[in-house]
Amino acid sequence: MTRALILLRRRLVGSVFVLLIVVIGTFLLLEAAPGDAVDAYIVSTGGDAGMIEMLRHRWGLDQSELTRLANYLWALLHLDLGQSVTFSRPIRDLILERLPNTLLLMVSATALSFGLGSALGIYAGARPGSARDRFLSIGSLALYAVPGFWLGLVLIVVFAVDLRWLPIGGIETLASDKTGLDRAADIAIHLILPVAALGFIYLALYLRMMRAGMAEAWRQDFVLAARARGLSRRRVVLAHVARNALLPLVTMLGLQSAQMLGGSVVIESVFSVPGLGRLAQEAVASRDTPLLLGIILTSAVLVVVINLLVDIAYAFLDPRVGAGEAGA
Amino acid sequence: MSGFTISRRKMLVGSAMLLASTAMPKLALAQTPKKGGRLVLAADSEPRNLNPAIVASNGVFFISSKIVETLAEASFDGKDGLAPRLALSWEGAADGLSATFKLRDGVKWHDGKPFTSADVAFSALQIWKPLQNLGRTVFKDLASVETPDDLTAVFKFAKPTPFQLIRNALPALSSVVPKHIYEVGKIEDNPANTAPIGTGPFKFGEYKAGQYYRLTKNTDYWGKDEPYLDEIIYQVLPDRTSAASALEAEEIQLAAFSAVPLADLDRISKVPGLKVITKGYEGLTYQLVVEINHRRKELADLKVRQAIAHAIDKDFVVKTVFLGYAATATGPVPKNDPQFYTADVPTYAFDVAKANALLDEAGYKKGADGKRFSLKLLPAPYFNETKQFGDYLRQALAAIGIDAQLVNNDSAAHIKAVYTDHAFDLAVGPPVFRGDPAISTTILVQSGIPDGVPFSNQGGYKNAALDALIAKASETLDTTARTDLYKEFQKEVAADLPLINVAEWSFISVARDTVGNIANNPRWAVSNWADTYLAG
Repeated sequence: MTRALILLRRRLVGSVFVLLIVVIGTFLLLEAAPGDAVDAYIVSTGGDAGMIEMLRHRWGLDQSELTRLANYLWALLHLDLGQSVTFSRPIRDLILERLPNTLLLMVSATALSFGLGSALGIYAGARPGSARDRFLSIGSLALYAVPGFWLGLVLIVVFAVDLRWLPIGGIETLASDKTGLDRAADIAIHLILPVAALGFIYLALYLRMMRAGMAEAWRQDFVLAARARGLSRRRVVLAHVARNALLPLVTMLGLQSAQMLGGSVVIESVFSVPGLGRLAQEAVASRDTPLLLGIILTSAVLVVVINLLVDIAYAFLDPRVGAGEAGA
Repeated sequence: MSGFTISRRKMLVGSAMLLASTAMPKLALAQTPKKGGRLVLAADSEPRNLNPAIVASNGVFFISSKIVETLAEASFDGKDGLAPRLALSWEGAADGLSATFKLRDGVKWHDGKPFTSADVAFSALQIWKPLQNLGRTVFKDLASVETPDDLTAVFKFAKPTPFQLIRNALPALSSVVPKHIYEVGKIEDNPANTAPIGTGPFKFGEYKAGQYYRLTKNTDYWGKDEPYLDEIIYQVLPDRTSAASALEAEEIQLAAFSAVPLADLDRISKVPGLKVITKGYEGLTYQLVVEINHRRKELADLKVRQAIAHAIDKDFVVKTVFLGYAATATGPVPKNDPQFYTADVPTYAFDVAKANALLDEAGYKKGADGKRFSLKLLPAPYFNETKQFGDYLRQALAAIGIDAQLVNNDSAAHIKAVYTDHAFDLAVGPPVFRGDPAISTTILVQSGIPDGVPFSNQGGYKNAALDALIAKASETLDTTARTDLYKEFQKEVAADLPLINVAEWSFISVARDTVGNIANNPRWAVSNWADTYLAG
C-alpha cells in the first residue's frame, strides 16, 4: 500500500469521530440557545396560541430533544440530511445550491492570497531587510489588521458606487438569462470584489510566512553550497530557498481553509453572495437546527478533505515525511 | 469579457441620465407615464411562504400583493378609506350576522380559469379563518359563505360581528387564492404557497434563493392598460448598507420599507436623481411601546408607571432615535388613524422632578448610591430604533434612580424571553396598528391570553374595567358607538398605563426620480403596483 493510501485510511476513521462530535455538539449548542424555530417565525407574523401549537406540531418541535437528536442521527446514518423546517425543502438541495458559490469564493480567495502572498514573500525574502522587504511587510500587516467587512464596504464604495467599474454584489447579473462563457465571465466579474476583500486579508499571512521561511533558509548550509557551486542568484532563490520555505505554507493552507469558511460568512453578507455562510446565518437566526447541522457537517467534511489533500501534498512535496510521521 | 463592456456602457448611459435629471426640471421628468421596463428594488428578507392568505405579514405582502389580490385595498380618498379590488361593493347587515360582497366581473386567474365567488368562499372558510395569523381572530365567528351567483359572496357569522371591523380588515386579511389549485391536497403543503397563482397585475416568475424574485406582467389583467411595468425584480440585499449603495450605483431603482437606514437619508436625499419619500405607509404604523411586567411589585404600582412615563422625553426620542421621522404617541391608537384616534387622554409631560416625586410618594426612596431599585430591560432587536430607544430608556430611568440592566437578545430569544418565559421587567416592543383596534391592539392589554402568544399582554396585567370595555366593543355593531368605546379604551389605557406608548413611526422609501405613481395609497409598498411606471 502506498503512503498516501495508508494516510487516507487513518484519516477517514478519525474523521468519522470528529464529525460525530461536531454534530452532537452543534445540536446541543443550538438547543441551549433560547427560542426555537417557531419563536423565530412568529416574529414577523404574530399568531394566537392555537396557531403556535399547530406550527410546533407540524415542525416536530413538540418532540423531546433526545428524540429529535436520535431521529437526526438515524437519518444521517442513511445519508439523509433531512428537511429544513423554515424553507420546507430538502436540506441537501439547499446546501448543494449554495455550496458552489462558497467554494468558488473560497478557492479564488485562497488562490489569490496564497499565490500573490507567496510570490510577494519570495520577492521580499530574496533580499531580507531591504526597503522593498520592509514596505511589503508593513503594507501586508496593515491589510491583515483591517476587518473583512470594512474592506468590503470600502471596495464597494470606490469600485461599484463611485467608479462604477464593477457590480455592487451578487454572484451574477440578476435574471439576465446568460449562458455558457458569457455567464462564466459575468460570474468572474461579480467575484472580483468579494475575492479581493476575502483574499487580501489572508495575503499578509502567506507573505510573512514565506519571507520568514526564506530568511531562515538563507542561513542553511545547502544554500551556501548552492551558491558555492556558482548557481545564479535567481536559481538559488527559487529552487533552493523558496522551495524549502514553501512547506509550512502548505500546512497553513489547510489550517486556513476553516478560517476562510468563517470569513466568507461576513463577505457573503456584504456582497450579497448566495453562499453557505449566509445560509448558516439565516439558519441560526431562524433556529433551523437540522439546516444548521447540515451546513456545519458539510463545512466539517470540507475542512477534513482539504486537510487530507494538504497532508497528501505534503507527503509528495517533502520526501522526508513518511506516512508514519504524518499520520501520527 | 463581454460583461465588462456592458457594464461600461450602462455606466455611460447612467451618467447621461444623471446629467439629464439634474439639467431638466424634475417634474417634467417624472410625469410621463410609460409602458414597459423592469423595476429593480431591494428586498431584505426572503419569506418562505408567499401565500398572503395564510401569512398576512408585510414581508409577504411586499412581494405577493402584486400577484394575489384582496377584496378591497386601502385608499387615501375612498369611502371608509377603501377602494375596490376584487370586490366592487360590500355591505354589512344591520344584525351583524351577514356581510355581502359583490365581486368584479371578467377577472381571470393567472392560469386562465375564471375568478368566482366560490374562490372567495373557499379562501375565507378554508384559509383565512382556520390558518391565517390574523384571520383566526377576526373571522373566528364566520360560519359559512353563501354564493347565490358567481359574483356574490355572502358571509354568515355565528355571532353578531361589527362590519366596521370586517371592513377595516379587508386590505390586509382578504387575499383571495384560487379554489381549484388549493382544494387538492393539504393547503399548507401546496406548491402555490411558494409560487403563488393569483389574479393580480403580475405573475410569479421565478425565485432564486439568496438572489432575487422575478414577477412578470400579467397580459390578461382586468385593469385597463395595466400594469405598466413589464417586470419587477426584488434583489435580495441582506446587508443594511447595501440598499443605499445599490441605489447610488443605479443597480436598483427603489428601496422601500426603510431599507436605507435613517442615518443615511440626509446624505442620500442630496444625491441627484434620488428622492426620499415618507408617504405611502400611513396604513402600516408601528408603535414604540414600553411593555411592563406587572408581576414586579414596583411596576404594579400605578405611581411608578406614571413616573416612568414622565421620565421619557418623547420629543427627544423622535428627534434623536428617529431623526424626526416619527411622531410622539399619546395612547394605544396612533395619531394618523382617521377613525378611532382621540387626543382627549391623560398625558405625561417630560418632568424628571415630578417623576422623582411620584417614586418617593410610592415609597421607593433613593438609596445611598442614588438608586431606588433595579430592573431588567429587554429591547426588541427587530429594528435599530427599538434597540437605540432601549439605550435611551436606560439613561432616562437612571435619571430617576431606577437602575435598568439591558439584556440584548436576537429575535427568537427575545420573543421567548418576553412572551413565553416572562423573564423581563420592562421590554421595548414595536406592535403594529392595523387600522382597527380589535385586530392587534386590544390584545396588548387584555387579560386571559395564554402564555407564548407574541405581541400580546404577557405582563400579567389585569383590569376588569378595561376587559369589559374591550368585550363590549367587540360586540357593538353601530359604528359610532363602537368608535366611541375605542376612544374610551384609549383614555383608560393612557390613565392606567398597562404599557407606555412613546412614539409612532412608519417606513421610508428611497427611489429614482424615474419611478412614477409612488406612495399613492396608505399601504403602497404592500399594494398591487398596477399603475407604477418607469418614466423614460
